Amino acid sequence: MINPAKIRSSLLIKRGHLIDPAARIDAPMDVLLKDGRIAEVAAPGKIKGSADENFDARGLIVAPGFIDLHVHLREPGQSYKETLATGTAAAAAGGFTSICTMPNTAPVVDSVEWIEWLRQPERGALVNVFPIAAATRASKGVALTDFRTLQTAGAIAVTDDGKPILDDNVMREVLILGGELNFPVVQHAEDTRLTENCSMHAGARSFRLGLRGMTAAAEASIVERDVQLAMHIPNARLHVAHLSTADALKCVRRAKRAKARVTFEVTPHHFTLTDEDMRDYDSNYKMNPPLRSASDREAILVALADGTADAIATDHAPHAAHEKEMEFERAAFGIIGLETALALAITKLHRERRIPLFRIVELFTAGPVRCFDLRDPGSSVRGSLVHGSLLRGTLVRSSAADVTIFDPKKKWTFEASKSRSKSRNTPFDGWQLTGKVVATIVAGKIVHSG
Amino acid sequence: MNPARGSLLGIEHLEAAEILRLLKFARRMNPAKPRPLLKGSRVFLLFYEASTRTRCSFEVAAKSLGAYTVLVQSSGSSIEKGESLLDTGHTLRAAGADIIVIRHPNAGAPWLMAQHLDIPVINAGDGMHEHPSQALLDAYTILRHKKTFKGLQVAIIGDIFHSRVARSSCHLLSKFGVKIILCGPPELAPEIATTLAPGVRVTRHIEDALRSTDVIMLLRVQSERLAGMKIDLADYIARYQMTAARLKLAKKDAIVMHPGPIIRGLELTSEVADGAQSLIVEEVRHGVPVRMAILARAIGKMR
Repeated sequence: MINPAKIRSSLLIKRGHLIDPAARIDAPMDVLLKDGRIAEVAAPGKIKGSADENFDARGLIVAPGFIDLHVHLREPGQSYKETLATGTAAAAAGGFTSICTMPNTAPVVDSVEWIEWLRQPERGALVNVFPIAAATRASKGVALTDFRTLQTAGAIAVTDDGKPILDDNVMREVLILGGELNFPVVQHAEDTRLTENCSMHAGARSFRLGLRGMTAAAEASIVERDVQLAMHIPNARLHVAHLSTADALKCVRRAKRAKARVTFEVTPHHFTLTDEDMRDYDSNYKMNPPLRSASDREAILVALADGTADAIATDHAPHAAHEKEMEFERAAFGIIGLETALALAITKLHRERRIPLFRIVELFTAGPVRCFDLRDPGSSVRGSLVHGSLLRGTLVRSSAADVTIFDPKKKWTFEASKSRSKSRNTPFDGWQLTGKVVATIVAGKIVHSG
Repeated sequence: MNPARGSLLGIEHLEAAEILRLLKFARRMNPAKPRPLLKGSRVFLLFYEASTRTRCSFEVAAKSLGAYTVLVQSSGSSIEKGESLLDTGHTLRAAGADIIVIRHPNAGAPWLMAQHLDIPVINAGDGMHEHPSQALLDAYTILRHKKTFKGLQVAIIGDIFHSRVARSSCHLLSKFGVKIILCGPPELAPEIATTLAPGVRVTRHIEDALRSTDVIMLLRVQSERLAGMKIDLADYIARYQMTAARLKLAKKDAIVMHPGPIIRGLELTSEVADGAQSLIVEEVRHGVPVRMAILARAIGKMR
């Protein structure tokens, strides 16, 4: 974690167009960062005095630092795929100033020791890392981890991601304890009893390719169950990871109408691609949940546009070449996504679907902080931000000096070979995209400029 | 890398004219009169899955054309030690393979190998995906008895979901405008199968499938691939078993085919299997000339 108390410098971002959805600002504004916090936001030219450094943001969008709720950085244990250093470098290049890391590492992050280890400066993280802890010991879905101490140590949510919590009673206990601590429970919704040996979405394409398919029902049935549980448990917070089907979306819409504390994220690949896009058993199109049907994608696009979706999260899942270049059914699930998320959002959502940039920025900032409380450990008490804690996902005065500056019109080509990630597993290699990160600022310091 | 010329990875992307060329050339192939078209070539048979018919007939076909054959099976090779598919491919190439014939339990495995090797790769069956040489030899058999595909109706009965033969045959027959009727319970003959190719429909009733049908293709229930599906075999037999009585529902001159292995008493009775309309043994015989043609095509000698 970058400690803002140690930062003694100021940076003035001038002549940019500020989009801060949490503060309902969409206007030309100058932003002054000082000592790791936002010191002032004012109309162009109105900030008095000078700063150590100036940043000319003419023609650019200035936004609160982007937050990715779903990232696999593979440490501890799988540093041949990714490390905190390489993964956060990719995050910075993609405009993310805060990322939430998944606990399905080797070993699983289910103890205070590993949460602390992840936060140590020796890991070389370039952006803020907020660890998510395992909900059950070794993510075996049986015995709950110690939520209270994990939360105190800095875990911001619990999940058994990669696997679902299938047992009804265990899920109920997790939601009850999570509710007591105001701790979000993240569910990878997949009834694995229905998806054994499946490697893509069940549809015409999987039939043609002779691959067993995961049905939409395998996702929706778990979401339905979780929503039912969450609606009847006081204060329970359920976050549906990488929601991918129209059926699951229907459940969540119902829950939201009933004012349940249910949130969900959508990945760039699910709003960009469908199962029909996969050609020739290319395992860079293999992820879990799989690319879905055109009608699922359409439903997700509607939810992104109409405000139902809470966040865009990448599910950045790096794998070494030898784990991908193999028989499709045996290849690892997952793709990298940190560096292409914003450009895909601008290209697919803004330019193709006319979703306003304001809404897109919301999905990367104000939306994610609705899902999890990104507290710095030791600076907050349960449930609410208190004095000394830094606000994120907005650029109001005294919030964290985490800023993402991007050019929404810049055309560029993504080359996987130049990725900051250790891995190259992406279906977007060679894609021409619009929208590029120009600068990523964490705690007042520019950690990426492109 | 694109697959080497002469590779045969599936029927789906093969043109009708190329299929006819192959079938025509196969008529000139006769294992009793060896032709040294592949003299000095090395054909590696890489089998990750059990096979009797396909393996034997590829081997006989290769030898009849004057090639050396080397059989590599997953047990007793480095595959057992965890060598990857691509590393095995590179190893066989380095050991002198001119053609690799591969049978694999995973769909797309031959495609993966072909993308990384500069020699022709022939798919001898990949998971539930395709079995192109079987579809070709079935087409060859049909043409020996029906002369033309024009106006034909083919019923494919049984476990279509798990069948690479069904997928390849649907692609092939559809390219020639054949009416294809798939028949079986919903788990084994899902509605989605109609999206495979034009002219394919699905029925649950065997009577419906057999009415005015010229060719009956039976498929085995692949119990090893069922993976949790619950199929009541007694019910299956009652509804879908090909019996002598049911055979009468089809055209008088209808032919009965089966890619094998057959399970007598399950998908068909012995009476049907050994009856006058059954071509099950003839299919196996046709496997050799058809695979000779496939191998000759692989090295550009199909002229």
